[in-house]
Amino acid sequence: MITKEAVVAAPAPAAAVPEPPRPATKRRAWDEAPRWQIYLPLGVYLVFTLVPFYWILLFALRPAGSTSLVPWPVTSVHFEKVWTDRSFGTFFHNSVLVGVATLIMTTLVALAGGYALARFDFKVKRAFMLALLCSQFVPGALLLVPLFEIFAELQMINSLGSVIIAETVFQLPLSMILISNFIKNVPYSLEEAAWVDGCNRFRAFRVVVLPLLRPGLIAVGSFAFVHSWNHFLFALMFLNNQEKQTIPVGLNTLMSADSVDLGALAAGGIIAAVPVVIVFAFIQKWLITGFSAGAVKG
Amino acid sequence: MAQAAAVAKPPRPPRRRRASATPRRLPYLLIAPAALLMLGFIAYPVLSVFYYSLQEYNPTKPWRNGFAGFDNFTHIFTEDPLFRDTLVFSAKWVVVEVGLQLMFGLALALIVNQTFVGRALGRALVFSPWAVSGVLTSAIWVLLYNSQTGVTRYLADMGIGDYGVSWLSDTSTVFPAAVVADLWRGVPFFAILILADLQSVSKDLYEAAEVDGASRFKQFLHITLPHLKDAIILSTLLRAVWEFNNVDLLYTLTGGGPAGATTTLPLYIANTSVESHDFGYASALTTVAFVILLFCSTVYLRLSKFGGEK
Repeated sequence: MITKEAVVAAPAPAAAVPEPPRPATKRRAWDEAPRWQIYLPLGVYLVFTLVPFYWILLFALRPAGSTSLVPWPVTSVHFEKVWTDRSFGTFFHNSVLVGVATLIMTTLVALAGGYALARFDFKVKRAFMLALLCSQFVPGALLLVPLFEIFAELQMINSLGSVIIAETVFQLPLSMILISNFIKNVPYSLEEAAWVDGCNRFRAFRVVVLPLLRPGLIAVGSFAFVHSWNHFLFALMFLNNQEKQTIPVGLNTLMSADSVDLGALAAGGIIAAVPVVIVFAFIQKWLITGFSAGAVKG
Repeated sequence: MAQAAAVAKPPRPPRRRRASATPRRLPYLLIAPAALLMLGFIAYPVLSVFYYSLQEYNPTKPWRNGFAGFDNFTHIFTEDPLFRDTLVFSAKWVVVEVGLQLMFGLALALIVNQTFVGRALGRALVFSPWAVSGVLTSAIWVLLYNSQTGVTRYLADMGIGDYGVSWLSDTSTVFPAAVVADLWRGVPFFAILILADLQSVSKDLYEAAEVDGASRFKQFLHITLPHLKDAIILSTLLRAVWEFNNVDLLYTLTGGGPAGATTTLPLYIANTSVESHDFGYASALTTVAFVILLFCSTVYLRLSKFGGEK
């Protein structure tokens, strides 16, 4: 009961009295635009969205040299080549490690920090919030050189740890702000009630608050995963060893070759897309509720 | 341990005290991991960029390294035409991208916020490029723009345009070509954020407006848009900073070319530091970029009166 009230604040409550006789004017309510005004622009936009996806699928599945617009007969040659000859198997493994580690680290650190920001007033809070906001303006790409020197000092060049740390750090500020907003949406009184029942602060948080944070955490965590899965510059800079590289770097290598093997590039692209598309399909619904709950309000 | 706790007779008072006594140090403990990570890997690098900007620093030419004062900065503003060119291109890129993404993103959000058959599938499909990386976007559009086997070939088959046209290697077509590629994955970002914010518009307002006979366009103008104002300001700002800083797409799609026609300031900086190893000069450029960004963001927030009138 509590769960629903606290989290699903977004959808308007069902109209108290459903009035059966709907006057003609009601049909022109905002909700009910003429159908063609929805389907026509949506259809046009879908073409723009889907043609590129179809195109890469086409190149990945049809034999090299074919100009057919239908990928038939289907061939898996490009996938086999890219997975073994071009080491995408290794890259995939590395990317998964980086993505999952970044997800876990970002979520845990941001959860701790977000809780502090949501529930306490402390001396450096304002300064800390300001630092979080300012860090949004710091271009990670422009800190490549000093970051490289730091990781060289720590002997972490060519280890996935460097990329994981760098990705986590740049995901943290936004994640923390979002999570603290999610926590603020959970009434403090729920936690206090749990204390009275004999829970300590941590247990109260785990039992009462954490379950309510699910949509928000899913949004933040998948953000971190997708972002680190996709991001390219840190891996390009910090990982020189081919055994350690990630999928985006592999794609870039394929693209910058003198004569681009289009089939291999397309197959590599599909391999890069599959995990994020799956994650996305799974979280899409949470993303919207998650964001609307964590929206920064004023 | 567990036994000792179980034996303690009056369980309530000490626990109460703990609940009220912990908060003093607890918040600092909780933000410590985040604060340490950010100090070490954001604050320290930023400071070292500021430091290097006053140095002549090039690992490949160690004999020239040393304190340079403001030499790097004078060079940027007086003798470096590339700085001006790339800054102008960055501004053009950010304004065009963010403007178009907002326009299409808003329209898209309004459409998929309606109730219609197939809405869930429609949403999932139009939002899907959001999850695609800059590098993958490049890969896809490299395939689409390829002069031999890309769309131009099939268009030429149908009698539209010429064979062998490569939009990415012609200075007159490369800008729109890159803009379209970036729009493809940028529009869903706005659409998702705006759609999220649309969920919190009170339905009562529309019904009241309906009763007063306001047209759908007027409802949009007087109810939806004011409600979305803060979300729009914030998302355009975040996106503008992101579009300014992000080099993934242009780096892999055009490499800043042809002939430097699509080199943004960050791309120029990356080339200066990674390819010419001129870290001192790159740091000075970074400092300038950072100041410009901060200045523009402040002005934007002031002018748009973010968070006001509510």
